[in-house]
Amino acid sequence: MVFNMKKIENYKIIHNNLIAKNTYEMKLEGNVGWIDKPGKFINVSVDSNYLKRPISICDYDETTLTLVYKVFGSGTKWLSNKKENEKIEALVNLGNGFELNTENEALIIGGGVGVPPLYALSKRLKEKGVKLTIILGFTSKEDSFYIDKFKELSELVYISSNDGSIGEIGFVSDIMIKYNLLDIPYYTCGPTPMLKAVHSISTAKGQLSLEERMGCGFGACMGCSHKTKNGYKRVCVEGPVFTSEEIIWND
Amino acid sequence: MERLKVKLNNLELDNPVIPASGTYGFGYDYLDFYDPNILGSISLKGTTLHPRFGNVTPRIAECHMGMLNSVGLQNPGIHKVIEEELVKLDKIYHKKIIFNVSGFNIDEYVECVRLLDNIDKVGIIEVNISCPNVKDGGLSFGSDCSSAASVTKEVRKVTTKPLFIKLSPNVSNIADIAKSCEDEGADGISMINTLIGARFNLKTGKPILHNVTGGFSGPAILPVALRMVYEVYERVNIPIIGIGGISSAYDVIEMMYAGASAIQIGSSNLVDPYTCKKVIDDLPLVMDELNIKKITDIIGRAHK
Ligand SMILES: Cc1cc2nc3c(=O)[nH]c(=O)nc-3n(C[C@H](O)[C@H](O)[C@H](O)COP(=O)(O)OP(=O)(O)OC[C@H]3O[C@@H](n4cnc5c(N)ncnc54)[C@H](O)[C@@H]3O)c2cc1C
Ligand SMILES: Cc1cc2nc3c(=O)[nH]c(=O)nc-3n(C[C@H](O)[C@H](O)[C@H](O)COP(=O)(O)O)c2cc1C
Ligand code: FES
Repeated sequence: MVFNMKKIENYKIIHNNLIAKNTYEMKLEGNVGWIDKPGKFINVSVDSNYLKRPISICDYDETTLTLVYKVFGSGTKWLSNKKENEKIEALVNLGNGFELNTENEALIIGGGVGVPPLYALSKRLKEKGVKLTIILGFTSKEDSFYIDKFKELSELVYISSNDGSIGEIGFVSDIMIKYNLLDIPYYTCGPTPMLKAVHSISTAKGQLSLEERMGCGFGACMGCSHKTKNGYKRVCVEGPVFTSEEIIWND
Repeated sequence: MERLKVKLNNLELDNPVIPASGTYGFGYDYLDFYDPNILGSISLKGTTLHPRFGNVTPRIAECHMGMLNSVGLQNPGIHKVIEEELVKLDKIYHKKIIFNVSGFNIDEYVECVRLLDNIDKVGIIEVNISCPNVKDGGLSFGSDCSSAASVTKEVRKVTTKPLFIKLSPNVSNIADIAKSCEDEGADGISMINTLIGARFNLKTGKPILHNVTGGFSGPAILPVALRMVYEVYERVNIPIIGIGGISSAYDVIEMMYAGASAIQIGSSNLVDPYTCKKVIDDLPLVMDELNIKKITDIIGRAHK
Protein backbone atom coordinates (compact mmCIF):
# COMPACT_ATOMS: atom_id res chain seq x y z
CA MET A 1 0.00 0.00 0.00
CA VAL A 2 1.45 3.34 -1.02
CA PHE A 3 1.09 6.20 1.42
CA ASN A 4 2.95 9.39 2.05
CA MET A 5 2.02 10.05 5.66
CA LYS A 6 3.85 9.42 8.88
CA LYS A 7 2.32 6.41 10.55
CA ILE A 8 2.78 3.72 13.19
CA GLU A 9 3.34 0.37 11.48
CA ASN A 10 4.06 -3.19 12.64
CA TYR A 11 6.67 -5.34 10.97
CA LYS A 12 7.44 -9.02 11.15
CA ILE A 13 11.09 -9.93 11.64
CA ILE A 14 12.38 -12.16 8.86
CA HIS A 15 15.83 -12.34 10.35
CA ASN A 16 17.98 -10.48 12.88
CA ASN A 17 21.53 -11.63 12.28
CA LEU A 18 24.89 -10.66 13.72
CA ILE A 19 26.94 -9.48 10.72
CA ALA A 20 29.90 -7.80 12.45
CA LYS A 21 31.01 -7.01 15.98
CA ASN A 22 27.87 -5.85 17.84
CA THR A 23 26.29 -5.12 14.48
CA TYR A 24 23.02 -6.67 13.32
CA GLU A 25 21.09 -6.85 10.09
CA MET A 26 17.34 -6.94 10.67
CA LYS A 27 15.10 -7.72 7.74
CA LEU A 28 11.46 -6.76 8.19
CA GLU A 29 8.29 -7.60 6.32
CA GLY A 30 5.42 -5.14 6.24
CA ASN A 31 4.33 -1.91 4.68
CA VAL A 32 7.11 -0.31 2.68
CA GLY A 33 4.94 1.69 0.29
CA TRP A 34 6.13 4.93 1.86
CA ILE A 35 9.79 4.46 0.94
CA ASP A 36 10.09 6.69 -2.08
CA LYS A 37 13.79 7.41 -1.73
CA PRO A 38 16.85 6.29 0.21
CA GLY A 39 17.95 8.09 3.37
CA LYS A 40 14.66 8.08 5.27
CA PHE A 41 14.46 6.56 8.74
CA ILE A 42 12.05 4.91 11.12
CA ASN A 43 11.69 5.43 14.87
CA VAL A 44 11.53 2.02 16.49
CA SER A 45 9.63 1.40 19.74
CA VAL A 46 11.78 -0.48 22.24
CA ASP A 47 10.24 -2.00 25.39
CA SER A 48 13.44 -1.24 27.29
CA ASN A 49 13.13 2.54 27.02
CA TYR A 50 10.71 5.44 27.06
CA LEU A 51 11.81 7.03 23.77
CA LYS A 52 11.93 5.38 20.36
CA ARG A 53 15.21 4.71 18.50
CA PRO A 54 15.85 6.27 15.08
CA ILE A 55 17.35 3.82 12.54
CA SER A 56 17.93 4.43 8.83
CA ILE A 57 16.55 2.32 6.03
CA CYS A 58 19.54 0.37 4.73
CA ASP A 59 17.77 -1.47 1.92
CA TYR A 60 14.23 -2.08 0.66
CA ASP A 61 12.26 -3.85 -2.02
CA GLU A 62 8.53 -4.28 -2.72
CA THR A 63 7.68 -6.08 0.54
CA THR A 64 10.63 -5.81 2.91
CA LEU A 65 12.99 -3.34 4.42
CA THR A 66 16.36 -3.92 6.04
CA LEU A 67 17.99 -2.15 8.97
CA VAL A 68 21.62 -2.45 9.97
CA TYR A 69 22.31 -1.26 13.48
CA LYS A 70 25.02 -1.40 16.09
CA VAL A 71 24.39 -2.18 19.74
CA PHE A 72 25.24 0.96 21.72
CA GLY A 73 22.99 0.93 24.75
CA SER A 74 19.82 -0.57 26.15
CA GLY A 75 17.55 0.19 23.18
CA THR A 76 19.68 -1.39 20.50
CA LYS A 77 20.49 -4.23 22.91
CA TRP A 78 16.76 -4.92 23.24
CA LEU A 79 16.43 -4.83 19.47
CA SER A 80 19.28 -7.31 19.05
CA ASN A 81 17.44 -9.84 21.22
CA LYS A 82 14.34 -9.90 19.01
CA LYS A 83 13.83 -13.18 17.19
CA GLU A 84 12.61 -14.23 13.77
CA ASN A 85 8.80 -14.00 13.41
CA GLU A 86 8.46 -11.60 16.33
CA LYS A 87 6.98 -8.18 15.60
CA ILE A 88 8.34 -4.71 16.09
CA GLU A 89 6.49 -1.42 15.98
CA ALA A 90 7.84 1.78 14.48
CA LEU A 91 6.82 5.26 13.48
CA VAL A 92 7.62 5.31 9.79
CA ASN A 93 8.14 7.62 6.86
CA LEU A 94 10.44 9.99 8.72
CA GLY A 95 12.99 12.39 7.31
CA ASN A 96 13.58 13.89 3.90
CA GLY A 97 15.94 11.32 2.34
CA PHE A 98 18.62 11.84 -0.29
CA GLU A 99 17.89 13.69 -3.53
CA LEU A 100 19.18 11.67 -6.45
CA ASN A 101 21.02 14.34 -8.35
CA THR A 102 21.60 14.33 -12.06
CA GLU A 103 25.40 14.18 -12.10
CA ASN A 104 26.74 11.07 -13.81
CA GLU A 105 29.37 10.50 -11.15
CA ALA A 106 29.09 10.29 -7.36
CA LEU A 107 31.34 9.71 -4.37
CA ILE A 108 29.80 7.70 -1.52
CA ILE A 109 31.49 8.18 1.86
CA GLY A 110 30.31 6.12 4.83
CA GLY A 111 31.68 5.76 8.33
CA GLY A 112 30.64 3.00 10.77
CA VAL A 113 26.89 2.94 11.36
CA GLY A 114 26.59 5.76 8.86
CA VAL A 115 27.18 3.19 6.13
CA PRO A 116 23.68 1.59 6.10
CA PRO A 117 21.61 4.37 4.45
CA LEU A 118 24.27 4.67 1.74
CA TYR A 119 23.61 1.12 0.58
CA ALA A 120 20.08 1.72 -0.75
CA LEU A 121 21.29 5.07 -2.04
CA SER A 122 24.12 3.43 -3.98
CA LYS A 123 21.71 0.90 -5.47
CA ARG A 124 19.35 3.61 -6.68
CA LEU A 125 22.19 5.68 -8.10
CA LYS A 126 23.60 2.67 -9.92
CA GLU A 127 20.17 1.94 -11.41
CA LYS A 128 20.28 5.46 -12.81
CA GLY A 129 23.62 4.72 -14.41
CA VAL A 130 25.67 6.90 -12.10
CA LYS A 131 29.34 5.95 -11.84
CA LEU A 132 30.07 5.29 -8.16
CA THR A 133 33.26 5.67 -6.17
CA ILE A 134 32.74 4.31 -2.67
CA ILE A 135 34.77 4.87 0.50
CA LEU A 136 33.82 2.96 3.65
CA GLY A 137 35.54 3.61 6.96
CA PHE A 138 35.38 1.31 9.99
CA THR A 139 37.09 1.21 13.37
CA SER A 140 38.64 -2.14 12.54
CA LYS A 141 38.08 -5.30 10.51
CA GLU A 142 35.73 -6.90 13.04
CA ASP A 143 33.42 -3.87 12.80
CA SER A 144 33.23 -3.91 9.02
CA PHE A 145 30.17 -5.05 7.08
CA TYR A 146 28.55 -4.91 3.64
CA ILE A 147 31.90 -4.50 1.85
CA ASP A 148 31.10 -7.25 -0.67
CA LYS A 149 27.63 -5.85 -1.24
CA PHE A 150 29.08 -2.47 -2.10
CA LYS A 151 31.66 -4.14 -4.36
CA GLU A 152 28.76 -5.54 -6.40
CA LEU A 153 27.74 -1.96 -7.13
CA SER A 154 31.12 -0.55 -8.08
CA GLU A 155 34.66 -1.56 -8.88
CA LEU A 156 35.96 1.49 -7.07
CA VAL A 157 35.49 0.63 -3.41
CA TYR A 158 38.08 1.96 -0.95
CA ILE A 159 38.18 0.76 2.64
CA SER A 160 39.85 2.44 5.59
CA SER A 161 40.14 1.44 9.22
CA ASN A 162 41.52 3.23 12.25
CA ASP A 163 43.93 0.39 13.04
CA GLY A 164 44.72 -0.77 9.51
CA SER A 165 43.24 -4.23 10.16
CA ILE A 166 41.24 -3.89 6.96
CA GLY A 167 41.87 -1.63 3.98
CA GLU A 168 44.15 1.30 4.48
CA ILE A 169 45.02 2.71 7.87
CA GLY A 170 43.49 6.11 8.57
CA PHE A 171 40.28 7.99 7.92
CA VAL A 172 38.00 8.23 4.92
CA SER A 173 39.23 11.79 4.44
CA ASP A 174 42.80 10.46 4.02
CA ILE A 175 41.53 8.30 1.16
CA MET A 176 39.78 11.26 -0.42
CA ILE A 177 43.04 13.18 -0.42
CA LYS A 178 45.31 10.30 -1.40
CA TYR A 179 43.25 9.30 -4.44
CA ASN A 180 42.30 12.84 -5.38
CA LEU A 181 38.55 12.39 -4.94
CA LEU A 182 37.94 15.92 -3.71
CA ASP A 183 35.99 17.24 -6.67
CA ILE A 184 33.35 14.52 -7.09
CA PRO A 185 29.82 15.34 -5.90
CA TYR A 186 29.36 13.32 -2.74
CA TYR A 187 26.81 11.69 -0.43
CA THR A 188 27.92 10.95 3.11
CA CYS A 189 26.77 9.65 6.48
CA GLY A 190 28.80 8.86 9.57
CA PRO A 191 30.12 10.32 12.80
CA THR A 192 30.06 14.11 13.03
CA PRO A 193 33.87 14.58 13.03
CA MET A 194 33.98 12.60 9.78
CA LEU A 195 31.20 14.67 8.22
CA LYS A 196 32.98 17.86 9.22
CA ALA A 197 36.24 16.65 7.67
CA VAL A 198 34.54 15.62 4.42
CA HIS A 199 32.63 18.88 4.26
CA SER A 200 35.75 20.95 4.76
CA ILE A 201 38.10 19.18 2.33
CA SER A 202 35.78 18.44 -0.58
CA THR A 203 35.53 21.11 -3.24
CA ALA A 204 32.38 19.55 -4.70
CA LYS A 205 28.75 19.78 -3.64
CA GLY A 206 27.46 17.12 -1.35
CA GLN A 207 24.59 15.78 0.73
CA LEU A 208 25.28 14.96 4.37
CA SER A 209 23.07 12.83 6.60
CA LEU A 210 23.22 13.97 10.24
CA GLU A 211 22.40 12.45 13.60
CA GLU A 212 20.90 14.21 16.61
CA ARG A 213 19.28 12.83 19.72
CA MET A 214 15.56 12.84 19.12
CA GLY A 215 12.56 13.34 21.34
CA CYS A 216 9.80 12.62 18.87
CA GLY A 217 11.26 12.05 15.40
CA PHE A 218 8.33 13.78 13.68
CA GLY A 219 8.87 17.47 14.24
CA ALA A 220 6.98 18.30 17.41
CA CYS A 221 9.60 18.85 20.12
CA MET A 222 12.49 20.87 18.62
CA GLY A 223 14.89 18.45 20.28
CA CYS A 224 16.90 17.80 17.13
CA SER A 225 17.51 21.31 15.80
CA HIS A 226 20.55 21.89 13.66
CA LYS A 227 21.84 25.26 12.53
CA THR A 228 21.87 25.90 8.77
CA LYS A 229 22.39 28.94 6.59
CA ASN A 230 18.60 29.05 6.20
CA GLY A 231 17.97 29.07 9.93
CA TYR A 232 17.45 26.26 12.38
CA LYS A 233 16.13 23.03 10.86
CA ARG A 234 14.80 19.86 12.47
CA VAL A 235 17.02 16.90 11.65
CA CYS A 236 13.94 14.66 11.85
CA VAL A 237 11.81 16.60 9.33
CA GLU A 238 13.90 18.93 7.16
CA GLY A 239 16.79 16.43 7.58
CA PRO A 240 18.51 14.13 8.24
CA VAL A 241 20.00 14.97 4.83
CA PHE A 242 21.34 18.49 4.37
CA THR A 243 23.25 20.00 1.46
CA SER A 244 26.87 21.06 1.78
CA GLU A 245 25.79 24.58 0.84
CA GLU A 246 23.34 25.01 3.71
CA ILE A 247 25.12 23.19 6.50
CA ILE A 248 26.71 24.93 9.48
CA TRP A 249 28.21 22.97 12.35
CA ASN A 250 26.73 23.49 15.81
CA ASP A 251 29.23 25.16 18.18
CA MET B 1 -20.39 14.85 23.35
CA GLU B 2 -22.06 16.91 26.13
CA ARG B 3 -20.67 14.88 29.01
CA LEU B 4 -17.05 15.72 28.11
CA LYS B 5 -17.53 19.49 27.94
CA VAL B 6 -15.61 21.67 30.39
CA LYS B 7 -15.27 25.38 30.96
CA LEU B 8 -12.20 27.48 31.58
CA ASN B 9 -13.61 30.86 32.53
CA ASN B 10 -15.82 31.80 29.60
CA LEU B 11 -14.13 29.45 27.19
CA GLU B 12 -16.11 26.27 26.64
CA LEU B 13 -14.06 23.26 25.52
CA ASP B 14 -15.52 20.17 23.83
CA ASN B 15 -13.40 18.07 26.12
CA PRO B 16 -10.69 18.63 28.75
CA VAL B 17 -7.80 17.35 26.59
CA ILE B 18 -5.19 19.89 25.47
CA PRO B 19 -1.69 19.15 24.15
CA ALA B 20 0.91 20.92 26.29
CA SER B 21 3.15 23.74 25.17
CA GLY B 22 6.39 22.64 23.54
CA THR B 23 5.14 19.22 22.51
CA TYR B 24 2.73 20.23 19.77
CA GLY B 25 4.69 22.87 17.86
CA PHE B 26 2.34 25.41 16.32
CA GLY B 27 -0.33 22.82 15.69
CA TYR B 28 0.40 21.18 12.36
CA ASP B 29 2.97 18.51 13.16
CA TYR B 30 0.23 16.00 14.01
CA LEU B 31 -1.88 16.34 10.87
CA ASP B 32 -0.76 12.94 9.61
CA PHE B 33 -2.10 11.32 12.78
CA TYR B 34 -5.54 12.86 13.39
CA ASP B 35 -7.69 15.95 12.88
CA PRO B 36 -6.66 18.43 15.59
CA ASN B 37 -10.24 19.72 15.77
CA ILE B 38 -11.07 16.83 18.09
CA LEU B 39 -8.95 18.50 20.79
CA GLY B 40 -10.37 20.69 23.55
CA SER B 41 -7.77 23.30 22.62
CA ILE B 42 -4.05 23.48 21.82
CA SER B 43 -1.32 25.14 23.87
CA LEU B 44 1.24 26.42 21.38
CA LYS B 45 5.02 26.29 21.64
CA GLY B 46 6.34 28.82 24.17
CA THR B 47 6.87 32.12 22.42
CA THR B 48 9.12 35.03 23.38
CA LEU B 49 9.23 38.63 22.21
CA HIS B 50 12.42 38.06 20.20
CA PRO B 51 13.35 34.99 18.14
CA ARG B 52 15.34 32.39 20.08
CA PHE B 53 17.52 29.62 18.79
CA GLY B 54 17.55 27.68 22.02
CA ASN B 55 20.33 25.58 23.49
CA VAL B 56 23.09 23.60 21.84
CA THR B 57 22.28 19.92 21.22
CA PRO B 58 22.08 17.26 22.64
CA ARG B 59 18.82 18.61 24.00
CA ILE B 60 17.11 15.30 24.78
CA ALA B 61 17.75 12.57 27.34
CA GLU B 62 15.47 10.04 28.98
CA CYS B 63 14.88 7.83 32.01
CA HIS B 64 12.39 5.16 32.99
CA MET B 65 8.98 6.54 32.02
CA GLY B 66 10.25 10.03 31.47
CA MET B 67 12.44 12.37 29.51
CA LEU B 68 14.61 15.45 29.87
CA ASN B 69 14.70 18.36 27.46
CA SER B 70 16.86 21.44 27.22
CA VAL B 71 15.31 22.88 24.08
CA GLY B 72 15.58 26.34 25.61
CA LEU B 73 12.48 27.97 24.16
CA GLN B 74 13.44 27.83 20.50
CA ASN B 75 10.85 29.93 18.68
CA PRO B 76 10.70 32.47 15.85
CA GLY B 77 9.53 35.35 18.07
CA ILE B 78 6.03 36.57 18.72
CA HIS B 79 5.68 38.79 15.65
CA LYS B 80 6.37 35.92 13.30
CA VAL B 81 4.18 33.56 15.31
CA ILE B 82 1.25 35.98 15.07
CA GLU B 83 1.78 36.86 11.42
CA GLU B 84 2.67 33.41 10.08
CA GLU B 85 2.00 30.54 12.46
CA LEU B 86 -1.44 31.67 13.64
CA VAL B 87 -2.55 32.31 10.06
CA LYS B 88 -1.43 28.83 9.00
CA LEU B 89 -2.97 27.25 12.07
CA ASP B 90 -6.31 28.98 11.53
CA LYS B 91 -6.79 27.07 8.28
CA ILE B 92 -6.58 23.65 9.94
CA TYR B 93 -7.76 24.32 13.49
CA HIS B 94 -11.04 26.10 13.98
CA LYS B 95 -11.20 26.52 17.74
CA LYS B 96 -9.51 28.99 20.05
CA ILE B 97 -5.98 28.28 21.11
CA ILE B 98 -3.94 28.78 24.25
CA PHE B 99 -1.02 31.08 23.53
CA ASN B 100 1.98 30.32 25.76
CA VAL B 101 4.40 33.20 26.37
CA SER B 102 7.72 33.53 28.17
CA GLY B 103 9.92 36.48 28.93
CA PHE B 104 13.27 37.41 30.36
CA ASN B 105 12.08 40.57 32.03
CA ILE B 106 8.65 41.88 32.91
CA ASP B 107 8.56 44.23 29.93
CA GLU B 108 8.88 41.32 27.54
CA TYR B 109 5.95 39.52 29.15
CA VAL B 110 3.90 42.69 29.03
CA GLU B 111 4.73 43.38 25.40
CA CYS B 112 3.82 39.82 24.36
CA VAL B 113 0.53 39.86 26.22
CA ARG B 114 -0.34 43.29 24.85
CA LEU B 115 0.23 42.03 21.29
CA LEU B 116 -2.16 39.14 21.90
CA ASP B 117 -4.96 41.10 23.50
CA ASN B 118 -6.94 41.80 20.34
CA ILE B 119 -6.34 38.48 18.54
CA ASP B 120 -9.57 36.58 18.28
CA LYS B 121 -7.94 33.17 17.84
CA VAL B 122 -6.35 33.43 21.28
CA GLY B 123 -8.74 32.01 23.86
CA ILE B 124 -6.36 31.98 26.80
CA ILE B 125 -2.94 33.50 27.37
CA GLU B 126 -0.74 31.09 29.30
CA VAL B 127 2.12 32.92 30.97
CA ASN B 128 5.06 30.58 31.51
CA ILE B 129 6.91 31.86 34.56
CA SER B 130 8.56 28.52 35.08
CA CYS B 131 10.67 27.32 32.19
CA PRO B 132 13.74 25.84 33.85
CA ASN B 133 15.84 25.80 30.72
CA VAL B 134 16.94 29.35 30.51
CA LYS B 135 19.51 30.27 33.07
CA ASP B 136 18.63 33.92 33.49
CA GLY B 137 14.98 33.54 32.59
CA GLY B 138 11.58 32.24 33.69
CA LEU B 139 12.77 30.42 36.76
CA SER B 140 13.22 33.51 38.86
CA PHE B 141 9.69 34.74 38.18
CA GLY B 142 8.12 31.46 39.19
CA SER B 143 10.29 30.76 42.19
CA ASP B 144 8.82 33.17 44.72
CA CYS B 145 5.50 34.82 45.50
CA SER B 146 6.52 38.41 44.93
CA SER B 147 7.99 37.98 41.45
CA ALA B 148 5.12 35.73 40.37
CA ALA B 149 2.77 38.40 41.65
CA SER B 150 4.54 41.22 39.87
CA VAL B 151 4.46 39.48 36.47
CA THR B 152 0.77 38.73 36.94
CA LYS B 153 0.00 42.26 38.03
CA GLU B 154 1.75 43.87 35.04
CA VAL B 155 0.35 41.58 32.34
CA ARG B 156 -3.12 41.90 33.85
CA LYS B 157 -3.04 45.62 33.07
CA VAL B 158 -2.73 45.06 29.31
CA THR B 159 -5.31 42.39 28.57
CA THR B 160 -8.87 41.42 29.24
CA LYS B 161 -8.31 37.91 27.89
CA PRO B 162 -8.23 35.02 30.36
CA LEU B 163 -4.73 34.86 31.87
CA PHE B 164 -3.45 31.53 33.12
CA ILE B 165 -0.13 31.57 34.96
CA LYS B 166 1.93 28.44 34.35
CA LEU B 167 3.76 27.47 37.52
CA SER B 168 7.08 25.81 38.15
CA PRO B 169 7.13 22.77 40.44
CA ASN B 170 10.66 23.61 41.54
CA VAL B 171 9.51 25.51 44.63
CA SER B 172 8.61 24.64 48.20
CA ASN B 173 5.42 26.70 48.40
CA ILE B 174 3.49 26.25 45.18
CA ALA B 175 0.11 26.95 46.78
CA ASP B 176 1.34 30.31 48.11
CA ILE B 177 2.63 31.24 44.67
CA ALA B 178 -0.67 30.28 43.06
CA LYS B 179 -2.50 32.39 45.62
CA SER B 180 -0.31 35.43 44.87
CA CYS B 181 -1.17 35.08 41.20
CA GLU B 182 -4.87 34.84 41.97
CA ASP B 183 -4.64 37.93 44.17
CA GLU B 184 -3.12 39.90 41.29
CA GLY B 185 -5.89 38.99 38.90
CA ALA B 186 -4.93 35.68 37.28
CA ASP B 187 -7.94 33.89 35.79
CA GLY B 188 -6.45 30.46 36.19
CA ILE B 189 -3.38 28.35 36.90
CA SER B 190 -1.61 25.94 34.54
CA MET B 191 0.53 23.45 36.37
CA ILE B 192 3.04 21.92 36.39
CA ASN B 193 5.92 22.75 34.16
CA THR B 194 8.91 20.41 34.11
CA LEU B 195 10.99 19.40 37.12
CA ILE B 196 14.77 19.71 36.77
CA GLY B 197 16.94 16.69 36.06
CA ALA B 198 20.28 15.54 34.70
CA ARG B 199 21.74 12.35 33.24
CA PHE B 200 25.36 11.31 32.74
CA ASN B 201 26.92 9.11 30.10
CA LEU B 202 27.98 5.81 31.68
CA LYS B 203 31.04 5.44 29.47
CA THR B 204 32.44 8.97 29.60
CA GLY B 205 30.95 10.27 32.84
CA LYS B 206 29.97 13.47 31.05
CA PRO B 207 26.51 15.07 31.07
CA ILE B 208 24.25 13.83 28.27
CA LEU B 209 22.59 17.21 27.78
CA HIS B 210 24.92 19.91 26.53
CA ASN B 211 23.16 22.22 28.97
CA VAL B 212 23.85 19.65 31.77
CA THR B 213 20.34 20.02 33.23
CA GLY B 214 16.98 19.83 31.53
CA GLY B 215 13.26 19.83 32.19
CA PHE B 216 12.08 16.47 33.45
CA SER B 217 8.64 15.34 32.26
CA GLY B 218 6.58 12.28 31.37
CA PRO B 219 4.64 9.61 33.30
CA ALA B 220 7.29 9.52 36.03
CA ILE B 221 6.21 12.98 37.27
CA LEU B 222 2.45 12.28 37.48
CA PRO B 223 2.38 11.84 41.28
CA VAL B 224 4.22 15.15 41.78
CA ALA B 225 1.76 16.94 39.52
CA LEU B 226 -1.24 15.34 41.25
CA ARG B 227 0.04 16.35 44.69
CA MET B 228 0.67 19.94 43.59
CA VAL B 229 -2.68 20.37 41.85
CA TYR B 230 -4.30 19.00 45.01
CA GLU B 231 -2.49 21.57 47.16
CA VAL B 232 -3.27 24.49 44.90
CA TYR B 233 -6.95 23.56 44.57
CA GLU B 234 -7.22 23.94 48.34
CA ARG B 235 -5.91 27.50 48.19
CA VAL B 236 -7.39 29.15 45.09
CA ASN B 237 -10.83 29.64 43.57
CA ILE B 238 -9.72 29.95 39.96
CA PRO B 239 -9.65 27.01 37.53
CA ILE B 240 -6.56 24.83 37.21
CA ILE B 241 -5.25 23.17 34.05
CA GLY B 242 -3.56 20.01 35.35
CA ILE B 243 -0.34 19.08 33.57
CA GLY B 244 2.37 16.52 34.21
CA GLY B 245 2.76 12.87 33.31
CA ILE B 246 -0.66 12.28 31.82
CA SER B 247 -0.78 9.46 29.28
CA SER B 248 -4.22 7.85 29.63
CA ALA B 249 -7.89 8.60 30.28
CA TYR B 250 -7.42 7.22 33.80
CA ASP B 251 -4.71 9.80 34.44
CA VAL B 252 -7.11 12.53 33.24
CA ILE B 253 -9.77 11.40 35.71
CA GLU B 254 -7.24 11.33 38.54
CA MET B 255 -5.97 14.80 37.69
CA MET B 256 -9.51 16.14 37.72
CA TYR B 257 -10.20 14.46 41.07
CA ALA B 258 -7.18 16.39 42.37
CA GLY B 259 -8.78 19.62 41.22
CA ALA B 260 -8.08 20.26 37.53
CA SER B 261 -10.83 21.68 35.30
CA ALA B 262 -8.96 20.62 32.17
CA ILE B 263 -5.67 18.88 31.50
CA GLN B 264 -2.67 19.06 29.20
CA ILE B 265 -0.65 16.21 27.77
CA GLY B 266 2.99 16.83 26.90
CA SER B 267 5.69 14.17 26.60
CA SER B 268 3.23 11.35 25.91
CA ASN B 269 2.46 12.95 22.53
CA LEU B 270 6.11 12.70 21.58
CA VAL B 271 6.27 9.01 22.40
CA ASP B 272 2.92 8.13 20.85
CA PRO B 273 1.59 10.85 18.54
CA TYR B 274 -1.93 9.39 18.82
CA THR B 275 -2.08 9.87 22.61
CA CYS B 276 -4.54 12.79 22.71
CA LYS B 277 -6.89 11.08 20.28
CA LYS B 278 -6.77 7.82 22.23
CA VAL B 279 -7.42 9.64 25.51
CA ILE B 280 -10.41 11.50 24.03
CA ASP B 281 -11.80 8.25 22.60
CA ASP B 282 -11.23 6.38 25.87
CA LEU B 283 -12.67 9.01 28.22
CA PRO B 284 -16.38 8.09 27.74
CA LEU B 285 -15.57 4.39 28.22
CA VAL B 286 -13.58 5.04 31.38
CA MET B 287 -16.34 7.32 32.66
CA ASP B 288 -18.87 4.52 32.12
CA GLU B 289 -16.60 2.14 33.96
CA LEU B 290 -16.31 4.55 36.90
CA ASN B 291 -19.96 5.66 36.82
CA ILE B 292 -19.16 9.25 35.97
CA LYS B 293 -22.01 10.98 34.14
CA LYS B 294 -20.45 14.34 33.38
CA ILE B 295 -16.76 15.01 33.56
CA THR B 296 -17.33 18.29 35.38
CA ASP B 297 -18.91 16.32 38.25
CA ILE B 298 -15.52 15.04 39.32
CA ILE B 299 -13.47 18.24 39.48
CA GLY B 300 -11.93 18.34 42.96
CA ARG B 301 -13.65 15.13 44.10
CA ALA B 302 -10.54 14.26 46.13
CA HIS B 303 -11.34 17.19 48.42
CA LYS B 304 -14.96 16.39 49.16
C1 LIG C 1 18.34 9.73 11.60
C2 LIG C 1 19.16 8.70 12.33
C3 LIG C 1 19.45 7.51 11.70
C4 LIG C 1 20.19 6.52 12.37
N1 LIG C 1 20.47 5.37 11.70
C5 LIG C 1 21.18 4.40 12.31
C6 LIG C 1 21.46 3.18 11.65
O1 LIG C 1 21.05 2.96 10.50
N2 LIG C 1 22.18 2.24 12.31
C7 LIG C 1 22.64 2.46 13.59
O2 LIG C 1 23.30 1.57 14.14
N3 LIG C 1 22.38 3.61 14.24
C8 LIG C 1 21.67 4.59 13.64
N4 LIG C 1 21.41 5.76 14.31
C9 LIG C 1 21.89 5.92 15.68
C10 LIG C 1 20.93 5.20 16.63
O3 LIG C 1 19.71 5.89 16.69
C11 LIG C 1 21.50 5.12 18.07
O4 LIG C 1 22.65 4.34 18.05
C12 LIG C 1 20.51 4.48 19.03
O5 LIG C 1 19.41 5.34 19.22
C13 LIG C 1 21.15 4.17 20.36
O6 LIG C 1 20.17 3.70 21.25
P1 LIG C 1 20.57 2.86 22.52
O7 LIG C 1 19.39 2.73 23.39
O8 LIG C 1 21.21 1.59 22.12
O9 LIG C 1 21.71 3.75 23.15
P2 LIG C 1 21.63 4.76 24.38
O10 LIG C 1 22.92 5.46 24.40
O11 LIG C 1 21.18 4.04 25.59
O12 LIG C 1 20.52 5.78 23.93
C14 LIG C 1 20.10 6.81 24.78
C15 LIG C 1 19.36 7.87 23.99
O13 LIG C 1 20.24 8.54 23.10
C16 LIG C 1 19.83 8.41 21.77
N5 LIG C 1 21.04 8.19 20.95
C17 LIG C 1 22.14 7.51 21.32
N6 LIG C 1 23.05 7.54 20.33
C18 LIG C 1 22.51 8.26 19.32
C19 LIG C 1 22.96 8.65 18.03
N7 LIG C 1 24.14 8.32 17.57
N8 LIG C 1 22.11 9.40 17.26
C20 LIG C 1 20.92 9.75 17.70
N9 LIG C 1 20.43 9.41 18.92
C21 LIG C 1 21.22 8.67 19.71
C22 LIG C 1 18.90 7.22 21.77
O14 LIG C 1 17.98 7.24 20.69
C23 LIG C 1 18.23 7.38 23.10
O15 LIG C 1 17.22 8.35 23.06
C24 LIG C 1 20.67 6.76 13.69
C25 LIG C 1 20.37 7.96 14.31
C26 LIG C 1 19.63 8.93 13.66
C27 LIG C 1 19.32 10.22 14.34
C1 LIG D 1 10.21 19.10 24.57
C2 LIG D 1 9.40 19.94 25.54
C3 LIG D 1 9.30 21.32 25.34
C4 LIG D 1 8.58 22.12 26.23
N1 LIG D 1 8.45 23.46 25.98
C5 LIG D 1 7.66 24.22 26.78
C6 LIG D 1 7.42 25.60 26.49
O1 LIG D 1 7.91 26.13 25.48
N2 LIG D 1 6.63 26.33 27.34
C7 LIG D 1 6.06 25.75 28.44
O2 LIG D 1 5.33 26.43 29.16
N3 LIG D 1 6.25 24.45 28.73
C8 LIG D 1 7.04 23.67 27.93
N4 LIG D 1 7.21 22.33 28.23
C9 LIG D 1 6.57 21.76 29.43
C10 LIG D 1 5.26 21.05 29.09
O3 LIG D 1 4.32 21.94 28.53
C11 LIG D 1 4.66 20.39 30.34
O4 LIG D 1 4.36 21.38 31.30
C12 LIG D 1 5.59 19.38 30.99
O5 LIG D 1 6.28 18.65 30.00
C13 LIG D 1 4.86 18.39 31.91
O6 LIG D 1 3.90 17.63 31.19
P1 LIG D 1 4.16 16.13 30.64
O7 LIG D 1 4.70 15.32 31.78
O8 LIG D 1 2.85 15.66 30.12
O9 LIG D 1 5.19 16.27 29.55
C14 LIG D 1 7.95 21.52 27.36
C15 LIG D 1 8.07 20.13 27.55
C16 LIG D 1 8.77 19.34 26.67
C17 LIG D 1 8.85 17.85 26.90
S1 FES E 1 13.01 14.92 17.36
FE1 FES E 1 11.34 16.13 17.92
S2 FES E 1 11.47 17.73 16.46
FE2 FES E 1 12.98 16.34 15.77
